Amino acid sequence: MDNITHKNNGAKKPILEMKGICKYFGGIHALEDVDFELYPNEILALVGDNGAGKSTLIKIISGVYMPDKGEIYLDGKKVEIRTPSIARSLGIETVYQELALIETRDVAANFFLGREPTKGRLGIFIDKKKISNVTVKTLKQLSITLPSLRTVVRNLSGGQRQALAVGRAAAWGKKIIIMDEPTAALGVEESIKVLDLVQRLRKHGASIIIISHNLPQVFHVATRIVVLRGGRRVGSKLKNETTADEIVKLITGAELV
Amino acid sequence: MKDTTNEKIGILRKVVRLFKENQVITILLVLIGISLYLGIHTKTFFTAYNVFNVLRAFSWIAISAFGQTMVIIGGGIDLSPGSVMALSGIITGMLLVRGVSVVISVFAGLAMGTFIGYLNGTMISRSNLPPFIATLGMMSIARGFCYGLTNGWPIRKFPAGFLYLGQADIHILLWKVPLPVIFMIVLAFISYIFLNNTKYGYHIYAVGGNEYSASLASINITKIKILIYTLSGFFTAIGGILMTSRLGVAAPTAALGYELDVIAAVAIGGISLRGGEGNIWGALIGAAIMQVIRNGLVLLGFPAYWQPAAIGAVIIIAVMIDQFKKVRSQ
Repeated sequence: MDNITHKNNGAKKPILEMKGICKYFGGIHALEDVDFELYPNEILALVGDNGAGKSTLIKIISGVYMPDKGEIYLDGKKVEIRTPSIARSLGIETVYQELALIETRDVAANFFLGREPTKGRLGIFIDKKKISNVTVKTLKQLSITLPSLRTVVRNLSGGQRQALAVGRAAAWGKKIIIMDEPTAALGVEESIKVLDLVQRLRKHGASIIIISHNLPQVFHVATRIVVLRGGRRVGSKLKNETTADEIVKLITGAELV
Repeated sequence: MKDTTNEKIGILRKVVRLFKENQVITILLVLIGISLYLGIHTKTFFTAYNVFNVLRAFSWIAISAFGQTMVIIGGGIDLSPGSVMALSGIITGMLLVRGVSVVISVFAGLAMGTFIGYLNGTMISRSNLPPFIATLGMMSIARGFCYGLTNGWPIRKFPAGFLYLGQADIHILLWKVPLPVIFMIVLAFISYIFLNNTKYGYHIYAVGGNEYSASLASINITKIKILIYTLSGFFTAIGGILMTSRLGVAAPTAALGYELDVIAAVAIGGISLRGGEGNIWGALIGAAIMQVIRNGLVLLGFPAYWQPAAIGAVIIIAVMIDQFKKVRSQ
């Protein structure tokens, strides 16, 4: 079922390749011998029912979990992503469902959260000017509009928060940007804005993995769709060569007619 | 015409927003209001003598409150300051009466407070004890050491060099400013810069605002927690030593219940007990308001017995205003 050859990507080598990934939680097999690859400059939608293993898989890529078995290659080189900060240093940024923003801090402080630039010899004094300049520049590049850098995140709308989290990931995610349900908490209009942003990121050269339950959105934004079911990979389809029906059948495990 | 009215409304809105967002300005106005009232209704309030007395009387509470501010912004709470103030004074005092030099004795007292803070931070971050429980236990342990080390007797007869710290006045322009007040102001500025302009300050706000998000951003939560409790212990020890020097006695019962004054100063100062928000100036003004009210009640002729009730009411009103503003802005 999964012997698709990727014609479009035939010449390209995957930026990320995972082989034989297994992850167990007690007796539960969250992932069972999963192969996964991400090609440069594609938007890959990872779909599947609840408990299919989507979140576990991206948490392995983003360094939250270590796989019990299997190997991970980044640009053809074997890597061990033991912690989220290792993932970040490898150029892998994740936009979590909870967004990982500090609600009591302003836009600028959140944009540089955990990697504040410093000035002076001591290396402890924050370079506030640099924070403002880089934040403004990056948000502008991605056409993200927020009220002001001094706005506290608590006073932003859901869509604005999402845009901030995605913009932050885009600024630092040199290789891969992972997004977990980026539109789950948003209204229709805000969802469209965020999906537009995802496509702009691709134009800027990013490789993106996106988890979503929303098939119309998946078909709107993705270039390829990978389906997980019961911890196994059951399909990988280029968007242009598949239909929503086929994806639904792969997700639910219903027989293909 | 239209433009100017619009502009006026714009300025008015800005002022309103400034008040809404900034508890410090609100409570500063409250402090000024109370002071003006006392200035009008008493002859003595605005004398230099009284003003500096008031400032000195809350200086050690305020200094400890700077540390508490960092703890509470970082999402914790420290109940040990009262006992740590007493114990750091006692350690310093015990060495002084045995003939140890002032510098070394003071250093030992500071080290004691800092070490207790470090223990608090380690317990809370490494063994996941709730801050309330860990520091409540430490409050009792430190107080126990105060009694145990002294057999319950106060320590007196300190050298003049030590008494200077808490009792000296420094001539600045026309005034004689008590040395503890100068310490307080200098430490306030240092704390402000630390919280608002350094990496550590940013990370303290982040951990208190959302610990999970901070950890996903690779901020070392353990390190930050140990740091804030250690600083609280350090600042509290400074306060305790200044208090001991001012009083000229290190008593095992000293500073009993002061942790509540310290936390109250922070709460009045608009520093959210949920963490992640507020600043040092709030704690400074909060401590000032409490002392001005105490002083004012005395000057107005109320028996001192009524002071706790007045302070309690101020705490409740201040936090209520803060909550009310937050609900409105959401």
